[in-house]
Amino acid sequence: MSEHIVSPKIYLLIFAVLMILTVTTVYAATVDLNAYFHSLNIIVALVIATCKAILVILFFMHAYYSSKRTKLIVFAGFFWLAIMLSLTLSDYASRHLDAH
Amino acid sequence: MHRTGELSGQFQTLEQQKESATLGMWIFLSTEILFFGGLFLTYTINRHTYPDVFSFSSRTIKLSWGAINTVVLIGSSLTMAMSVWSAQVGKKKLVTFFLIATLVLGSVFLGIKGIEYHDKFVEHHVPGLSFDMYYCTNNPGACSNVSPEDLAKEKVELDELTKKMGGETAVNANSQLFFSLYFGMTGLHALHMIIGAGLLLWLIQQSTKGRFTAQYNTPVENVGLYWHFVDIVWIYLFPLLYLIDRH
Repeated sequence: MSEHIVSPKIYLLIFAVLMILTVTTVYAATVDLNAYFHSLNIIVALVIATCKAILVILFFMHAYYSSKRTKLIVFAGFFWLAIMLSLTLSDYASRHLDAH
Repeated sequence: MHRTGELSGQFQTLEQQKESATLGMWIFLSTEILFFGGLFLTYTINRHTYPDVFSFSSRTIKLSWGAINTVVLIGSSLTMAMSVWSAQVGKKKLVTFFLIATLVLGSVFLGIKGIEYHDKFVEHHVPGLSFDMYYCTNNPGACSNVSPEDLAKEKVELDELTKKMGGETAVNANSQLFFSLYFGMTGLHALHMIIGAGLLLWLIQQSTKGRFTAQYNTPVENVGLYWHFVDIVWIYLFPLLYLIDRH
């Protein structure tokens, strides 16, 4: 089998980084970042969550070591999600209703 | 009847055969991304519409349980990855060990989720006929799982929120939105965990028969992909449901 065997050291390192990011996101939630910049809290939370997801996808799910074909399929799944989110949210955002 | 990793007729190389299994799993995961994505979209729209209610409702959920669950679940992803590695290097006993470890951690996660759901039930935060955000503050002593200091803080914030939203009915109606999403999203996630636990039980049983080797460990890898995906969903659920506004 010509698959790349990822060493446990890498897994442990990624795990450690994921733990650090978890602590960071909990801490960031306790700080009023919205005072510095509008919606900064949610932006920070989503950026950290995305970093964690990318690490899991690349290393735990072996996407880093996969063929270009596999990487394309991985990307496609999230691209379709992006289509759904961006089109629906821009629809809501462009509705000029009083309550929203 | 069972696959053994030998080259099947329709494939040219073992590498191609292996990759097709991985691709198939990822395509399935794409459907899962959209499945959960719909709920995340609903959450986004509703939170944007009722930011104060969402913020308050989120704070009635115990942060510590969610944080512990995050650590437990990421840990289970580590043990799952380690079981794939064990198969790749031919350590058959370790494969079983790490699969069992993953199952144990997954079960701890589900157990904690059960505790959380029970808490919500006691506090009358389950959407439906008995839903009442004011139950705990109106019936002191009824919500024994909430500490008196937290309850006092809750009452102050709840009074402010009621003024802002223009009445108790509005607060109850809109916080039911949050909790519907909370139970819907974590419930769907927990269902996926239970399915994953079933898959792990199957893998554990097969691994004790020595079925997973360096030559053939595709089932372990693919269940791993599924398990990691469920972990990623939680990685997003945790900040969105538990960490809206903790300051």
